[in-house]
Formats: sequence, C-alpha cells, structure tokens
Amino acid sequence: MMQYAIRRLLLAIPILIAMLTMVFILVRLVPGDAAVAMLGDRASDEALRALRAELGLDQSIAVQYLRFITDMLSGNFGHSSVSGRSVLEEVALVLPYTLELAFAAVVIGTLFGIPLGTVAACRRNQWPDYVSRLLSLLGLSFPGFVSAILMLLAFAVWLQWLPVMSRATTDPINHLRNLVLPALNLGLIMTAYIARVTRSSMLDVMGEDYIRTARAKGVRPSRLILRHALGNALIPIVTVVGLYFGTLIGNSVLTEIVFTRPGLGKLILGALQSRDYTMLQGLMVVFATFVILVNTVTDLVYALVDPRVSYAK
Amino acid sequence: MTDATFSLTTPERQANPVLMALRRNRFSWIGIGLLALILLAALLAPAIAPDDPLKQNILHRLSPPSAEFWLGTDSYGRDVLSRLLHGARISLSVGFLSVLIAMVVGSALGIMAGYIGGSFDQLVMGLVDVMLSFPTLLLGLMVAAMLGASFENLVIAIAITETAPFVRVARAPTIAVKRREFIEAGKSMGFSPLRIMGVHILPNILSDIVVVASLWMASAIRTEASLAFIGLGVPPPAATWGGMIREGFDNILSAWWLVVFPSLAILLTVLALNILGDALRDAIDPKTRSGR
Repeated sequence: MMQYAIRRLLLAIPILIAMLTMVFILVRLVPGDAAVAMLGDRASDEALRALRAELGLDQSIAVQYLRFITDMLSGNFGHSSVSGRSVLEEVALVLPYTLELAFAAVVIGTLFGIPLGTVAACRRNQWPDYVSRLLSLLGLSFPGFVSAILMLLAFAVWLQWLPVMSRATTDPINHLRNLVLPALNLGLIMTAYIARVTRSSMLDVMGEDYIRTARAKGVRPSRLILRHALGNALIPIVTVVGLYFGTLIGNSVLTEIVFTRPGLGKLILGALQSRDYTMLQGLMVVFATFVILVNTVTDLVYALVDPRVSYAK
Repeated sequence: MTDATFSLTTPERQANPVLMALRRNRFSWIGIGLLALILLAALLAPAIAPDDPLKQNILHRLSPPSAEFWLGTDSYGRDVLSRLLHGARISLSVGFLSVLIAMVVGSALGIMAGYIGGSFDQLVMGLVDVMLSFPTLLLGLMVAAMLGASFENLVIAIAITETAPFVRVARAPTIAVKRREFIEAGKSMGFSPLRIMGVHILPNILSDIVVVASLWMASAIRTEASLAFIGLGVPPPAATWGGMIREGFDNILSAWWLVVFPSLAILLTVLALNILGDALRDAIDPKTRSGR
C-alpha cells in the first residue's frame, strides 16, 4: 500500500509539468501577444515594451518557458494586473465561498443521490427505476447556469422566499439563506450524477455470487441491501465523485455568476472582462492543480478501501 | 484485393444491434423525435421564423408573449421566437462541428495509440490525462478567451475540450480488435499499418465512437451555451441561446420570457441528445443489453 501510494504521488509530478506546459502554450495562442491584448491596439510603443519586459515576453521562448515552470512550481503564480495582489492572495480571498458551496453540493448530492440510485437498482425496470432515471437524465441535461436561472426565477423572483442576490453578510441566518439556492442548484445536478453511478454500481454488485449466497442464507432484504451490497457498491461511487470534481468547479463558476455570489466564478469573470491574462493563467493553473490533487487523493482512497487495487498495479 | 478486404471484414458486420435495440427501446424515440423537430426548426428557420431575428422595434420592446409575438420581444424589440429559431442553427452547428473535429482527431490518435502501442501509446495517453485534468468549461473558457470570440474560435475551443475522451474511447476497442485473427491475416498479407487501421479496425470500433459522439454533442451544446452566457460565444447581434439568456438576465425581474424560452430550448436539445446517447450506449454495452 505504502509503495503504491508513493508511486501514485510521484506520477502526479509529470502530469503537473505537462499541465503547466499546456497552459504556457495556450497563453501564447493570443493573436499578437499578451501585451497587445492587455493594452489594446492603440497603446504606445514604450508602454508595450515596458509591459513585455515586465511579463518577460522580450526573452526567447526557451527562457520564458523555464521561467514560467520554475515560477509556477515554486508557487509564484504572478500578480493581477488590475488589483496588484498576487493570484494566490486573490484566490485565498474568495476560496472559502466556493469551498462552502462545493461542500454543500456534495452533501446534498450524497444525501439524495445514493438513496435514489439504490432504490432504482432494487426496483429495476419498475416505476421507481424509471422515475429515478428520468430525474437523473434531466439533472444531467441542465447546463449549470440554466437550472440556476430557472431556480432564481421561481424561488427568488416569483415566490420571493429567498434573496435574488447573495451579498456578503455577517448575519449567519442571512448567510445560510444566501447559500440555499446556489447549493441546491449544484447539489441537484450532483444528485443526478450520483444517483446514476449508484444505480449501475449497485446493479453490478447485486449480480455477484456472494449476494446470492447471503440471500440463500436468509439475510433480510434490508440488511442485504444496506450492509452487503451498498458497502461494496460505494467504492466506485467514491472514485466517480472524485472525478466529478472538475465538472463541479465548472458548474460552481456558472452558479456563482448567476447568483452574483463572491467566489472563484466572479474572479474568473472579472479577469476575463479586464483582460487580465496573468490572472487567467494563474487561475487555470490553480484549478488544474486542484483537479490533479483531487484525482490523486481519490486514487489513494480507492486503494485504501479496495485492497485489490494495490496488488493489481 | 478488394475481394480479400470484403471477405475479411464481413464476418464482423452482423445484424445491426443498435437499430434492433432502438426498435425495442420506446423511450429512445422520444429523443429521436425531439431531435428531429429541433433540427427541422433550425434548417427551416429563415422560412418559418415570423420575423427577422435582428430587426429592432423600439415601440414593442419587452412585450410579453402575445398573439403578435408568440414568445414576446427583447429589450430591443426583437422577436424572441425568431431569435430562438435562428439560435438553433448556431447551437447545433457549433455542437456538430466541434464534436466532428474532436471525433476525427481523437479517434485517429486513439486508434494509432492502441495499434502502435509502446512509448507512442504512453505519450498520447499521458497527454490525454493532462487534458482531462482541466475542467471542461474552464479549458473552453481559456481557449475562447485567448483566441477571441468568433464562431470558428468557439468551435476550436470546444473541440479541444472534447478530443481527449475520444482518444480513450477509440483506444480500448482497438487493443481488443488488433489481437483478432483477421488483423493478423491482414498483416501477413503485407497490408500497410495505415490500411489496417483505416479499413480493418475503424469499421469495427465505429459504433463505440458514434455512441460517445452523441453524448459529447450534448456536452458541446451545453458548453457553447455556457460560454455564450459568460460572453465568449458568437458575438452579438447574432442570436445564440446562451447569448439570449445573457441579455435577458438583466431584465429577469420584469421579463421572464427572455430567459425561460431559451433555457427550455437548451434543455430540450441537450435532453434529446442524452436520451439518444443513453439508448445507443445501452444497445452497444453487452452488460445492459442482456438484462433487457
């Protein structure tokens, strides 16, 4: 297990470097160069030259690449050209909001998704299965911002139960009220996803020999499902939830924008609108690093709960 | 030589399981019907749209749905129904073109990786892992922001986000197929690797690829709408569904029809593609097929 863990952690390093290389290439896709894109066509030559020197664009590609990789690996993601704060500072400022939202979504998704998927698997091809599958198909079809807007319209504009904008507040009740709609939006999409994975995972497990043996021994159906089947079905669910993290981030960005909630989404939108390429590049690296980390941890957790993995590798 | 090719590939082409499963799965017809309707609306948009999607009419700005404007008008007085119909053309063509590019590039890479194997395989799969570590929307957003907003750039940006999954989908069955006798036979007859991959492997794994394509087209349309909503779509005044929601969002308190109808259009299109993709996947996957 220890050996597997070390090998898996080491594997993350080349992936990180390849990811950085890709971001480096992406940023150089800008027509003209980043300096022209940031200052506009009518900028003076001196201003362009100064910015190019500041961004290191006047050096050779090889030097730029090496500097970029060393900077990024040492945690120096650059400074926002608008606020002057470092990318990490900007991220740290809004990260709690996004994490809170993501955490709430995962809780809602697990709470509803696992029972929904389990019921569907146990009543396969009967009406609970059809209802559950229809619901999860619907949930998976919503782009994050569309469901967010429809919920906003229904609960905040028409019914007026909850606030339209989630402004920062110190009052804990209002804080929760601000969280409800965004969290429900992300959580329901997550529910659809988890329900679907749970169903197929449960169907796999229910077909195993040991389940038939347990049933033959007269284990009560409720105990059979909850203890014998679900316990093992959870293993792939953990992995899939981990892999879903990237999509969750994408959806939370859109959700935050719709609900004008502070968070990484607003940060990205701001950087986009002010053509702050350093910020965009830094955010991209931060996000991808997050995903790589989560994937690594997911693999490790998987190995921890399923002893077969470490032997297989 | 053509005779040899023919007799080598025919045993693989049995009664099409996809068509048979679609015939059995009544649910899938809802998806197909819905998709046909949307496609028809997009194709016929110039003929059936009641008005010019770009024509402004300040006197009738923000009118709610009525007999004259079935789905109401926006803040420039443009007819929402006409914009919706024309928007379908952009959403569907961006979705189709980006998936087509991703499918061709991704499958070619996947087949080559699976067939050649070795360090080439490792290199390609390493790249795929890296691509998959970028959240789809953020990668699309980044590329679209770097290239600048236009129809072509949007197609490129979305194609880039969707290439990696196709590599995976094409590689796995290629590895399975390349061990079969008819590939060995082809090799022993001196066929070039290109010919073996193109003529003998591709037809055998095509169904797997096509299934994934319909599911990824749903995702492509979702990404297109999301990027347009953020402001990185085909630039205005062109009517796009995501862009319509973006514009309507400013008036959400007074004019619900500006966001609700484009939202439904996106939802129904993605839903139709997902239903179809699911049915196709069930048809291909032997595990679910036997259970039905």
